[in-house]
Amino acid sequence: MKDFIKRSEGLWLFVHSPAVMVSALVAVLIFLGATLAPWIAPTNPYDLASFSLMDGLLPPVWEEGGVAKFSLGTDDQGRDMVSSILYGARLSLLIGLSAMVIATVLGVGLGVAAGFYGGRFDAIVMRIADIQLALPAILTALLIDGVARGILPPEMQQSLRVSVLTLAIALSLWVNFARTARASTFVEMNKEYVHAAIIMGQRPIRIMLVHILPNILGPLLVIMTVDLASAILLEATLSFLGIGLPADSPSLGTLIRIGMQFMLSGEWWILWIPTLFLVALVVSINTLGDFLRDVFNPGLR
Amino acid sequence: MFYFILKRLVQSVFVMLAVAFLAFSLFRFVGDPITQMTGVETSVEDQSRLRQELGLNDPFVLQFTRFTSDMLQGDFGFSFRTRQPVAQMITSRIPATLELGIVALIISLFVGIPAGVYTALRPRGVVTQAILMTTLVGVSIPTFVIGIMLIFLFGVQLGWLPTFGRGGTVQIGSWESSFFTLEGWRALILPAFTLGVYQLTLTMRLVRAEMMDVMRSDYIRFATARGVPMGRLYFRHALANTMVPVITIIGLQFGGVIAFSIVTESVFQWPGMGLLFLESIRFVDIPVMGVYLVVIAFFFVVVNLIVDLLYVAIDPRLRVKDVS
Repeated sequence: MKDFIKRSEGLWLFVHSPAVMVSALVAVLIFLGATLAPWIAPTNPYDLASFSLMDGLLPPVWEEGGVAKFSLGTDDQGRDMVSSILYGARLSLLIGLSAMVIATVLGVGLGVAAGFYGGRFDAIVMRIADIQLALPAILTALLIDGVARGILPPEMQQSLRVSVLTLAIALSLWVNFARTARASTFVEMNKEYVHAAIIMGQRPIRIMLVHILPNILGPLLVIMTVDLASAILLEATLSFLGIGLPADSPSLGTLIRIGMQFMLSGEWWILWIPTLFLVALVVSINTLGDFLRDVFNPGLR
Repeated sequence: MFYFILKRLVQSVFVMLAVAFLAFSLFRFVGDPITQMTGVETSVEDQSRLRQELGLNDPFVLQFTRFTSDMLQGDFGFSFRTRQPVAQMITSRIPATLELGIVALIISLFVGIPAGVYTALRPRGVVTQAILMTTLVGVSIPTFVIGIMLIFLFGVQLGWLPTFGRGGTVQIGSWESSFFTLEGWRALILPAFTLGVYQLTLTMRLVRAEMMDVMRSDYIRFATARGVPMGRLYFRHALANTMVPVITIIGLQFGGVIAFSIVTESVFQWPGMGLLFLESIRFVDIPVMGVYLVVIAFFFVVVNLIVDLLYVAIDPRLRVKDVS
């Protein structure tokens, strides 16, 4: 019953805040566009044969000189901007989502275990978390990326780029999950149902997964949303810095970096359309995160 | 209180040791230093002789001790890429980053605290709603996009401010400062603002949350009833009590500012430590990466110590008993 009220209240809040509804719409549209990119994009930006330099630097269709075939214009290589952005968003979301999932599994796993077992294991996990919390996520991600560059043989560098980037981002975001999961687990550990489960002699892994985890999901869901936004931002930043994805398989960050070169020469669409896309994506995810937090923690309103 | 400070000092030493260990492991295990230093034509005998001479065959603990004592004496080794001493490369870059960070921090405090107080006192006002909306968007826009927008608006469209480099600098001893020329200040504005935006919103939100909390408390109600003038009530009674958490976060954030300057420096081609670090990652220049890490950690530790001392200055309770 209580759950039902909470849910209907969430629904009520959702219907009554236009900003949240618009954000949800934007997020869903971008997710759909990114997922369906291979089917709905006019061209394939990874296929060198599909574009030609002859089409280079065409403006969007509503500007003078625009061509109907390239509705958002083309870059200097003649790549269609719509396709680049759809495929770029696909990569950004793929990396962001996988990094977020890895961070969640790792962080929640360690956090719940730390809260459940306590003692020395807890102390070790939390010290590591403390140290990492002192370093900003971007620095951690850069370091992991740098180490990977040093360790991996050169011929594997390119093919593993996406995995390395995902892992670097995941490893710099797990701390939030671990701390929240641990704190919530501590609270649950004092409740009778956990005592009962322990006395009944259930295996610890079962208690953690079946009993504790479902009861601490609320706050974790909020962190997952916020961290998805952070992961996407982090990937965009790394790619923008030239550390992330290379120019032949561009993510949104790489597209913005390429666009920077055209800031002075008047081809505004190469820079500003991917930028607008990235900002719209992150702002709407963050707004949804704020909304979820309000739903799960009515006290903060 | 003395015990409190001492405890923090000991903790700091351990943190620095841990970071030094990390930097050392980076240097020692990510790639073989010998292959990095020698070319393809060096014979195997020469390589193993070099290995022996450099002490790379010694026990691990001995190597680490030597590494640490070298660092304490200011010997940070040589860059793989430029063959220059790392100490020199980093110290020549420190002033640029530090000046940028300090100005960014000042901007964020001088705008963030008043904005936080205002939005807490008028929670339903139109201005408050506008400010809150702006900060929400501000947090969601990545730093580099803010930088690009500022460059586009003030550098390209309006042509008011330079968009890269430090402009005019004045050399004071070994410190290259941009505080003493007009050009230097002009070049500093955009990057410092870019770097400060995130801290600004954070400071504002924090001050706002703390202020709203404090304003609800009994002693403020009592002070209002007593007829304490509004200005004194807000700033002397209320704001002073929000300062402990605010200072903690700002202190911790200063380290973040220094690290985040990597992005800002890249956008504005600001010749600081962050730009150096980026180059060192791109070229897998492990010694520079390691030393950058140690230097950043040192900043963190020093700032945290200062924050701890500020606690004592702000919160009189800490002067009486040992709370840690």
